[in-house]
Amino acid sequence: MTTTAEAGGLPAPEPYPNTEDAPFWAGTAEGRLVLPKCTNCGTVIWYPRQFCSECSGRDVEWFQASGRGTIYARTVVHRAQGPWRDAAPYVIAYVELEEGPRVLTNIIGVDPAAVEVGQEVHAVFIPAGAHRIVRFTR
Amino acid sequence: MSIRGKAYMAGIFEHPGRELPDKTTAQIHAESAAGALADAGLSFADVDGYFCAGDAPGFGPLSMADYMGLSCSYVDSTEMGGSTYVAHVGHAASAIAMGKCTVALITLGGKPRTGGQGPGGAGRMGTAPESNFEGQWGIPGAVGGYALAASRHMYEFGTTSEQLAEIKVAASLHAQYNPNAFLRKVVTVEEVLDSPMVSSPLRRMDCCVVTDGGGALVVVAPEIASQLSGPKVKVLGHGEAPKHTNNGRIDLTHSGAVWSGPRAFSEAGVSHADIDYASIYDSFTITVLMTLEDLGFCEKGKGGEFVSDGALVSPGGKLPFNTDGGGLCNNHPTNRGGITKVIEAVRQLRGEAHPKVQVPDCQIALAHGTGGSLGTRMGSATLILGQEDS
Repeated sequence: MTTTAEAGGLPAPEPYPNTEDAPFWAGTAEGRLVLPKCTNCGTVIWYPRQFCSECSGRDVEWFQASGRGTIYARTVVHRAQGPWRDAAPYVIAYVELEEGPRVLTNIIGVDPAAVEVGQEVHAVFIPAGAHRIVRFTR
Repeated sequence: MSIRGKAYMAGIFEHPGRELPDKTTAQIHAESAAGALADAGLSFADVDGYFCAGDAPGFGPLSMADYMGLSCSYVDSTEMGGSTYVAHVGHAASAIAMGKCTVALITLGGKPRTGGQGPGGAGRMGTAPESNFEGQWGIPGAVGGYALAASRHMYEFGTTSEQLAEIKVAASLHAQYNPNAFLRKVVTVEEVLDSPMVSSPLRRMDCCVVTDGGGALVVVAPEIASQLSGPKVKVLGHGEAPKHTNNGRIDLTHSGAVWSGPRAFSEAGVSHADIDYASIYDSFTITVLMTLEDLGFCEKGKGGEFVSDGALVSPGGKLPFNTDGGGLCNNHPTNRGGITKVIEAVRQLRGEAHPKVQVPDCQIALAHGTGGSLGTRMGSATLILGQEDS
């Protein structure tokens, strides 16, 4: 795990891609937000997996999303644990992507106290070990 | 087909300990079981159904049946976090109704306060299919997800921190009479608002206690109940539901209680006006507020108004709740409060709550459990209990 200025001063735990979500991580490595869509019903699937919980379809295609979204809910963490202790205060949020899914993430690069529900944000790609994770900023 | 009247709560026990450094987890389960069986007038040899969850050590029901020497025709290791033990009563009543067992023992125990990590630890979550998308953000234990839900509730409905604080105040008013409560001091709204922010908008006093402890329940068939001399409480209805992230379209403004509640009320054949007392899971103050709305005690978004002006205070409030002090003040054994919710509801129906908080002529009571996280995936379980002749 590394903490870098680019990560917004937050730890960046490395994900462990598996055979279902590997295309997502291949996308983030190139700075692209790539999401699965059900080939049967067209639903954008989150979290990334090869199963559509809308129609039970098991075939997906991957497409590049805009990386833009709106904050649906947010919390400023003041008392954190382990490697996060010294990073507080920091923001955890659900961001509603333009494509529909609400995704858990951190909002970085802004004063935590100024982050509000309804604000527009965009994706940034943060090195995390051999991969990149997706955080958002204003 | 219904469980109404097919089973009775014959025994309850809440372990008096809140810090148990010198007990093992298995020992806490067994001591709780012994207490509940003694309360029922039964013995370990009478048990033929055993129910436990993720807090049980080792191989769960197999390890604990071995430890306690149980001979069972039915076991259940449902795992819905803190809501499990409320669901267990419904499961036990269902098994009894189908003739699978006649004396069902439900146990909980653990020691997150003095003994390190509680149930549901890293070993399990590391294999969760969602872990690559939820483990990177520094979510601070359970509070982070509940804080997100509180954030959205405030945004959509104008709910305030003062309204959330009213819930803690009511719990503290009850806890002052419970000699075993972890926190017995009565607090004010101002004191709640002055407590340190943990994960906004939730402050320290919006959070439940972390305690070692345990509890047990004994649920029996009618033919067993009729042979017992002690007080019996009738199982009237139960409902349960998981709620999840809904393919990334999660709605943080409600819990699974919107589904478990109607199922329980329907099976019990009672209405909200019939509920004399309610045990409402209180991992955090927001858990109570949203559950009250979701169960239909008030309109969605009006929970903040509902809990103001002492509505939850017993006796006298319009819906007396958590008269033991709840998870916010009394006990949240092994980070799972479902069993203490059932226990206090049974005490109320028996007329055995502390005299200062006993609801007069309590005929029908509700117990509700909330497990997992309001912020992601959770279990909801609702149980309705009544007097023996209800």
